[in-house]
Amino acid sequence: MSIKLKALLKSPWVFHLSTGSCNNCDIEILDCLTPRFDIERFGMVLVGSIRHADVLVCTGSVNRKCIPRIKEIYEQAPKPVIVVAIGECSLSRGMFINSYNCPVPLDKIIPVDVYIPGCPPKPEAIIAGIAKAIEKIKANANKK
Amino acid sequence: MAKTIIPIGPYHPLQEEPEFFQLVVEGEKIVDAIANIGYNHRGIEKLSELKTFDQVAFVVERICGICSTSHPLAYVRAVEDILGNDCVVPERANYIRTIIAELERIHSHLLWIGLAGHFLGYNTVYMWAWKERETVLDIFEELSGNRNNYAMMRVGGVRRDFEEKSLAGVITRLNKLIDFVQMIKKAVLDDPVLHARLKGVGVLTKQDCIDYCALGPTARASGIANDVRKDDPYAAYDKVKWNVITQIEGDVFAKAVVRILETLESINIVIECMQKMPKGPIYDNVKDIPCGEGIGHIEAPRGECFHYVRSDGTNRPVRHKVRAPTYMNLPTYKEALIGETISDATIILAAIDPCYCCTERVTVIDANNKKNKTVYSQQDLIKLSQRKTEQIRAKLGAR
Repeated sequence: MSIKLKALLKSPWVFHLSTGSCNNCDIEILDCLTPRFDIERFGMVLVGSIRHADVLVCTGSVNRKCIPRIKEIYEQAPKPVIVVAIGECSLSRGMFINSYNCPVPLDKIIPVDVYIPGCPPKPEAIIAGIAKAIEKIKANANKK
Repeated sequence: MAKTIIPIGPYHPLQEEPEFFQLVVEGEKIVDAIANIGYNHRGIEKLSELKTFDQVAFVVERICGICSTSHPLAYVRAVEDILGNDCVVPERANYIRTIIAELERIHSHLLWIGLAGHFLGYNTVYMWAWKERETVLDIFEELSGNRNNYAMMRVGGVRRDFEEKSLAGVITRLNKLIDFVQMIKKAVLDDPVLHARLKGVGVLTKQDCIDYCALGPTARASGIANDVRKDDPYAAYDKVKWNVITQIEGDVFAKAVVRILETLESINIVIECMQKMPKGPIYDNVKDIPCGEGIGHIEAPRGECFHYVRSDGTNRPVRHKVRAPTYMNLPTYKEALIGETISDATIILAAIDPCYCCTERVTVIDANNKKNKTVYSQQDLIKLSQRKTEQIRAKLGAR
């Protein structure tokens, strides 16, 4: 495993990107930080800038005004970056599939590594999803 | 002094939702502020027209995750308004509606108290408030089956009944929550640091509130006793004892006090409703929605939430209009923000408890521009950014 990847997986820093969601997933992500779930014990911290982040957490059905900005934020992220789609909206647009302002799901715009379904997913599911992603990347790196 | 524009957003660590603010500053002083929203617009009003009357209750639930019972309640009241005397909501359903709506107010206000602490750099409050908020979410999970998005409202009543055996445990937990809120109240009202940061900051006078039609806690903190629950009682609010909380100062501190005291009132309403709740059916079977139009307005945690529904006799609404409280409250930042310093901007913008995903029913356009162009496209932003870089370069004498 390269030293870059090892450092990334030891303590993944998370940047949160709301692409037009209803707040529910965003609040559940914030909930992960608070004493009940305390995601910081896994070394995960929510950071303010994408340039500090290892994980890009996306929520919400992607809307037209957000698409160029999502692309730009993905380009600004230092690679390798793990992209996590949280909630039914960013997986498949959920009930907004017929909306005029939500043309494509998130994985048509940027490559997505982890999908966490639910409306909204519980904080336990979010933590389990990110932990699974880390395990998977570790296993892939060891195979090589 | 030269004016500088400070952009905030659209993706910034402060608030969860994307929104874009431009602060025009002279030194430290804010002289103007421009808000640009539209990053959350999902076309929900149009989607409603594609769904049946029963399904729309679930669509409006996804307008906002925090007010996920206010919108369905306002919507079902609008449809019940069309039905008129054909639909009588059973008494037990009215009590269940009140309990769910008030529990939502408790969790929303605790959430705001936590976030306000976070914005001030006072993370202890954030952690404490959110830890206790979990109690309310647990109660929701026990009563409705989900932590958020409860899906309790339906036209003519509610979808689920409470189990008798879970109510006693809920009341015990709410009584414990009262102790915590009392503790927070004492901590906030006596903390000299919070006094220094919040008192006299972002003052909104009573006249400003009337001019901007401010609603909810924003107006109540400026001395306007405006509350739909008292003015036009719905559900079971006229059957329990409670007070409208008002303050007269209109600053951020008053808004915090209003929210904390309202949380206590809400806990008492929930406990009283659970004790008084009669037995009986929980919904009235509604068959057809006749032609007509109806309005439903209720007091959401942030203010009055207003829904308008028009029916042409088919099983789908032909028009559904939503007005969320932040739509009225957001423009008050013009009065509250101008003249303050940059360091106070975050808490003043957060003081109205803004909820952009509630507000964004239409895409923002520039009214003066005939081409219906959005106020700032990405190209405009890049142009602005390049112009600013040029200015800075010229000032520094580089190239």
